[in-house]
Amino acid sequence: MAGLASTLGAGAMTNSIREIEDVPVIFVIGSNTTESHPVISYSMKRAVKKGSRLIVADPRKIDLTRWAARHFQHRVGSDIALLNAVMYEIIRNEWHDRAFIDDHTEGFEYLKETVSKYTPEYASGICGLSADEIRELASILGTADKVGLYYTLGITEHTTGTDNVRTCANLQMLLGHIGIENAGVNPLRGQNNVQGACDMGVLPDVFTGYQKTSDPGTREKFEKVWGVEKLPGTEGAKIPAMFDGINHGDIKALYLIGENVVMSEPNQAHTVKSLENVEFLIVQDIFMNETAEYADVILPAACYAEIEGTFTNTERRVQRVRRAVTPPGMARDDWWITGEIAKRMGFIMEYNSSEQIWNEIRSLSPSMAGITYARIEQQGIQWPCPDTDHTGTCYLYCDNVFPCGKARFQPAEWKPAAEVPDEEYPFVLTTGRRLWHYHTGTQTRRSAGFIDIFPEELIEVNPEDAQKLNINNGEYITAVSRRGKVTVKSWVTSRVMPGVCFMTFHFSEACANVLTNNAFDPVTGTAEYKACAIRLEKSNSASEPEKQRVHRENK
Amino acid sequence: MKTISLEIDGQHVQAAEGSSILIAARLNGIYIPTLCYHPRTRQAGKCRMCVVEVKGLPGLQVSCSIQAQDGMAVLTKTEKIIETRKMIVELYLSNGSHNCMSCEAAGKCELQDAAYHLGIEKSVFPVLKKDMPFDVSCPMIIRDMNKCIQCYRCITGCNNIVVNEVLDMGFRGSKMTVVCDTNKPMGKSSCVVCGECVQLCPTGALTEKKTIGRARAWETVRTRTTCPYCGVGCQMYLHVKDNEIIRVTGVEGTEPNYGTLCIKGRFGYDFVHSPERLKTPMLRKNGVLEEASWDEALDYTAARLTDIKQKHGPDSIVGIGCARSTNESNYVMMKFMRAAIGTNNVDHCART
Ligand code: SF4
Ligand code: SF4
Repeated sequence: MAGLASTLGAGAMTNSIREIEDVPVIFVIGSNTTESHPVISYSMKRAVKKGSRLIVADPRKIDLTRWAARHFQHRVGSDIALLNAVMYEIIRNEWHDRAFIDDHTEGFEYLKETVSKYTPEYASGICGLSADEIRELASILGTADKVGLYYTLGITEHTTGTDNVRTCANLQMLLGHIGIENAGVNPLRGQNNVQGACDMGVLPDVFTGYQKTSDPGTREKFEKVWGVEKLPGTEGAKIPAMFDGINHGDIKALYLIGENVVMSEPNQAHTVKSLENVEFLIVQDIFMNETAEYADVILPAACYAEIEGTFTNTERRVQRVRRAVTPPGMARDDWWITGEIAKRMGFIMEYNSSEQIWNEIRSLSPSMAGITYARIEQQGIQWPCPDTDHTGTCYLYCDNVFPCGKARFQPAEWKPAAEVPDEEYPFVLTTGRRLWHYHTGTQTRRSAGFIDIFPEELIEVNPEDAQKLNINNGEYITAVSRRGKVTVKSWVTSRVMPGVCFMTFHFSEACANVLTNNAFDPVTGTAEYKACAIRLEKSNSASEPEKQRVHRENK
Repeated sequence: MKTISLEIDGQHVQAAEGSSILIAARLNGIYIPTLCYHPRTRQAGKCRMCVVEVKGLPGLQVSCSIQAQDGMAVLTKTEKIIETRKMIVELYLSNGSHNCMSCEAAGKCELQDAAYHLGIEKSVFPVLKKDMPFDVSCPMIIRDMNKCIQCYRCITGCNNIVVNEVLDMGFRGSKMTVVCDTNKPMGKSSCVVCGECVQLCPTGALTEKKTIGRARAWETVRTRTTCPYCGVGCQMYLHVKDNEIIRVTGVEGTEPNYGTLCIKGRFGYDFVHSPERLKTPMLRKNGVLEEASWDEALDYTAARLTDIKQKHGPDSIVGIGCARSTNESNYVMMKFMRAAIGTNNVDHCART
């Protein structure tokens, strides 16, 4: 999200889900929307029924392409080259929004200079689309009344993730499709409260509402309310640095709440080594998972159906979570557990209710100050919402007011993925999710029916490659990377293009993160889940193609 | 928006210009029974249950399809209307197998409600028993087409609301029935199991498999909350009986999802009651994890952290928060790391 924060000012979806139905041109890049954000895909498909044009740029023939007017199947990790070439064409044809650029942005000349070498012909060599296809995409976007851009992890989970995001923002700024309804730059967040966790300052450099820890005034405000003498100002460690720090011996204790890092972090062997090395590991979770096996202390937490509180969705809407059932055994609210540890360390933070905590958050965070439990009883409110008379903000930067004064073009050069295919590892492995499961599978695999529908992991392999390697559909094969290997059933399908394979991290028996590369975006610390190099080998395990109900091919 | 005034059953009422007679009546608390109408699939004009008489217009009018006009005089309960509705319900009851005894929809079935309000015990018409086998091929949804009243709600929902384009009306005459794709079993079709059709079905033709026999509709208490899966944040009701979630439905008429859900939100709730849930704190003693009391676990944790902080400084401690936990818990966790430990080493799973 750092990419958006540095160009526009806030790291969040600029527009609302409700607006999607009326977006004239919906541009989806790096988002498998029907599977990862099904309800948002319904809006996109309804928009298509009402006459919108849906344009998909994705290396895979994802289900959403069934409803798309055009699908541009560019190579994994070539987004910047593609979009820079699109911007090159837009500028060449003078489709860019001069007035918007002059009045509300800075750095246009710099952008123009950067994209000047990305002719469609040049980019074609990188992204695999023909120069004409790139020109076509540029003309669709450049001549549209309004474009709404939607992306997910396909954009962020690269070593160039921040640059990818900035490039998306550059495109929309160039077209002047920001600060208006039915347009904007819209990251769709993957987990229910990832937006909220960011908003709450569970990041190494900010407090709530993205207030910088490096700012002495801000620190002073928090010091006063929290009753501490001095808060640290220097930026802390991001997850990759935490694991490295453990292995170097600088970091001794890890407090892990609800993250099954063994399954969800890249390069499983590396993660496991850190968990083995850390002196003291606290795991607070709802299940005994692959990560908890390494814990020194396990603290049982209550889950969403057992607690009061709020989640913030991908469109910045703060919504209520309510207790419907009592937690099992001795499981307790996360905040109660953390508060008790604090108390026993001599720092008192006692709360009687989640509402009391929320009111403290409000008092410290101007962008959420106007959101009260009473006001969101029936319907959530979207931040920024500075006071209790404010109705919340459907789309950001209305009247072109940007938090940093002007929106800043931050052009980027295309760089290849940290690991690219070679003779030894000739395939690109890209990863993602499936409709039928969620995250590390701890929830969906324990809910009846899901396993019947999608019982085990499948690696998607293109028919051409399968033929060359003599792999049958449903046959178990071994996928090997420089970091590990997994045995997994093949799904021979043209959803992926030749040279590309696809897997998820839903199944511990065959988890893509055994293979993925722990190379990170330097700004956000997000790992390159979307590209690493693997090879495929025949495996000895028997094949049983009957058990699998293979998800349909495109109609 | 302009408001108009009209008279319904002698009562003066107001309505927004352009609304149907049905909506005008409903918003003013006047019950007109319907079967095919749903606020999201709108008028279907199929069942004719909502007939009314309008002064100046001949015969009976279908109130879901006629706009309310300023000065209109409408009657909703004349003898002629009641007789017509009775006949419609009896015709439905004579067609298929509407046996309420252990129907999952009993208590929330709109056909049952209509029969109840009209005082119908059983159909005066000979029952044309259909004998279509149940479609149980989908792990989440059971289809009993003998209870289908062909209201088209599921078809409209599947094609126009969630746009998954699976359902259609197939066959003709007395064989007419809803089909998946080219009449495939649901579990073998292109259905993505979003459950929209179940939520829209007015009868027991489409029901949730996991809920069968668990609770009658009136035995559950529902609590509104937010979906725990993806970042859309769909609004949902958890229907609970005896401290167990037995059904999930989407909240109608509110952002961001207006009643729709996906397979995870609608059917992925039973992990909450998994016997594998962690129920007690655990401490590693001599290399093995053993159950402990809260006091033991918390005291031990605090002591170890204090010790490490003293020996190696606050920056030797790191915290990873949870993108699935609430804002409040995340705030408390970040406050703990910064204020109690004294470090900015706090992050959460960066998968956005
Ligand atoms: S569950 Fe969803 S996709 Fe399947 S038939 Fe019903 S509405 Fe259509
Ligand atoms: S119901 Fe589906 S689309 Fe809605 S929040 Fe839950 S997972 Fe996301």
